[in-house]
Amino acid sequence: MNPHRRHPFIRVATILVYFFLYAPILVLVLYSFNASRTNILFAGFIPSFGALQMGGSTVVQSPCGPFHWFCELSRNREVGLAARNTLTIAFISTFISTIIGTMAALAIQRYNFRLKSFSQLSLYVPIVIPEIVMGIGILTLFSQLFGILNGAFGLEGDSRLSLGLGTVIVSHIAFSVPFVTLVVQARLQGFDKSFEEAAMDLGANELITFWRVTFPMILPGVLSGALLAFTLSLDDFVITFFTTGPGATTLPIYVYGLLRRIITPQVNALSTVWIAIVLTVVFLLQRLQSREAK
Amino acid sequence: MTQTSEFAVELRDVVKTFKTPEGTLLNAVDHVNMQIKHGEFFSMLGSSGCGKTTSLRMMAGFEWPTEGDVYIEGNAQGHTPPFQRPVNTVFQSYALFQHMTIYQNIAFGLEMERAPADEVKTRVGRLLDMVQLNGMERRYPKQLSGGQQQRVALARALVKMPNVLLLDEPLGALDLKLRKEMQLELKAIQQKVGITFVYVTHDQEEALTMSDRIAVMSKGKVMQVGIPVEIYERPQSRFVADFIGESNFFEGIVQSVEQDRATVLVPSLKAEVTGLNTGQVGVGQKAIISIRPEKIRISEQPALKTNFFNGTVKTTTYIGSDTHVYVDMGGGVTLKVWEQNKISSLDPRAYYVQGQKVCLNLFPENTLILAES
Repeated sequence: MNPHRRHPFIRVATILVYFFLYAPILVLVLYSFNASRTNILFAGFIPSFGALQMGGSTVVQSPCGPFHWFCELSRNREVGLAARNTLTIAFISTFISTIIGTMAALAIQRYNFRLKSFSQLSLYVPIVIPEIVMGIGILTLFSQLFGILNGAFGLEGDSRLSLGLGTVIVSHIAFSVPFVTLVVQARLQGFDKSFEEAAMDLGANELITFWRVTFPMILPGVLSGALLAFTLSLDDFVITFFTTGPGATTLPIYVYGLLRRIITPQVNALSTVWIAIVLTVVFLLQRLQSREAK
Repeated sequence: MTQTSEFAVELRDVVKTFKTPEGTLLNAVDHVNMQIKHGEFFSMLGSSGCGKTTSLRMMAGFEWPTEGDVYIEGNAQGHTPPFQRPVNTVFQSYALFQHMTIYQNIAFGLEMERAPADEVKTRVGRLLDMVQLNGMERRYPKQLSGGQQQRVALARALVKMPNVLLLDEPLGALDLKLRKEMQLELKAIQQKVGITFVYVTHDQEEALTMSDRIAVMSKGKVMQVGIPVEIYERPQSRFVADFIGESNFFEGIVQSVEQDRATVLVPSLKAEVTGLNTGQVGVGQKAIISIRPEKIRISEQPALKTNFFNGTVKTTTYIGSDTHVYVDMGGGVTLKVWEQNKISSLDPRAYYVQGQKVCLNLFPENTLILAES
């Protein structure tokens, strides 16, 4: 018997894994071109410049053809606002959490200090505790803190500290830092100290050594960490739900709100765009990393 | 190079204490004194854990002495960081910057000095010539063979024209043939540039081949410093005689001393042995006799009037250039004798055979009497 022949089970299992991973996404994308408004049944593609079936029998012209729901989406100002919020939060929280997480990883890797194992362990806690617990915790913290601060400084009206973009960003940084630290730490594990010693030996001080040698060498790890933080921030719902305020609605929160009212293929169109963006970003970063590795 | 001081590098009573994982303190370097002269190829030789690499790292500035100090060109280094010392290092792992080209790697040190661009270009070019890596400038370290990477590491450190070049087992990762080539090349480069080389190795042959002087180290201490011939021919202790090459040892009590000779009663041989009194031992003291296997004359009839001993061949090993003969002297003593195969013969009778009665002649001028350490 050929020892390299694979058991047929392996093929079946592989197909099943990919099916369950991608079938829902494919259905979701398909439904964003649905001619039916209710999104329960697939009523065929929207005909180009043809009739659009509304509910049961209503027929409407669509100037966008099959991309009707995408056009609807682009006219939706609420979605635009939510997308802007989501991206603002994701970029700021990724940037800050990547810096903090990388510094933490370097400190843990390099130095021996008191409470080292404690601080290392405490990094894992936000990863393992349920998000909802963390969300409630952060909410309680903010409301207590803001209550005290508003009282102490006599802040009134618009100047009162309240939940909003700022609180969402802070909470996103809080849950992203441990992930960044773990990813960067894994990269640092195989980092030979003699690279830094060589740089210093050749006349580079600590700062130059970091920017010219250490950072470029750990950059792929830092980028992976940043990518993880970015995607975590993009699709976070639970913690955002607790820490968001008026005017700080993010896409997941917005979609959730839509679903409570009516499910239209607009939600699917939104999700399709979202998936396309995330896939592009991931793909670009992967390319960047594989070039780094060469 | 300005020679302001007598020595390029000096260690004065240096101690380096490390904490072991068990929490006890260990002197990796234990009260070491070392004087390295200008332009010298100086090797620190010893097995792992003898303190040679720690000593080198203290010269480079990666470690600071617990006690004592390192002097470079007469200046106490104290806690001077590596980037302010006039020394450069070739690392065992090469530590080439993987994200930089060969050119960028070699130019890195000059860039740190803020050397003008055209000067960087000429100096890097000259070093590429020296290590024969022309045309490789645009490659990355991973695209080079081990031997080529080793040359880049050497060029990167030499381009700064340091007062002292520190080399931490730089040939350790190369295969034997390449290592031998690089040994000669390193020595040639050192003579060409005239820079003081401090070389760490555990390979005694390498140290003997390349060095002007060798410091043999063990357990954080310097056992002996000398030129290669001294280290091999006049070891001052049993440790050095045993570590460098091979030797036969006997213990005994000094019976008489006459000029540079001493006679020692060896209980295991039940006989007296006369040799060079290199250990300056006195009558009545304990002494160790050391004689190298290639310096024993093996014969069927005594070749000397005294200082010969009879034995029986226990085993022989033919190794090509030599035959190693192990001779049973009785009383549980076995001596090893290396006999050069000067005659080309296929006849087994041309070689000593097992069970043969032989006579071992210990010429007094080849027999060393060492003080017991």
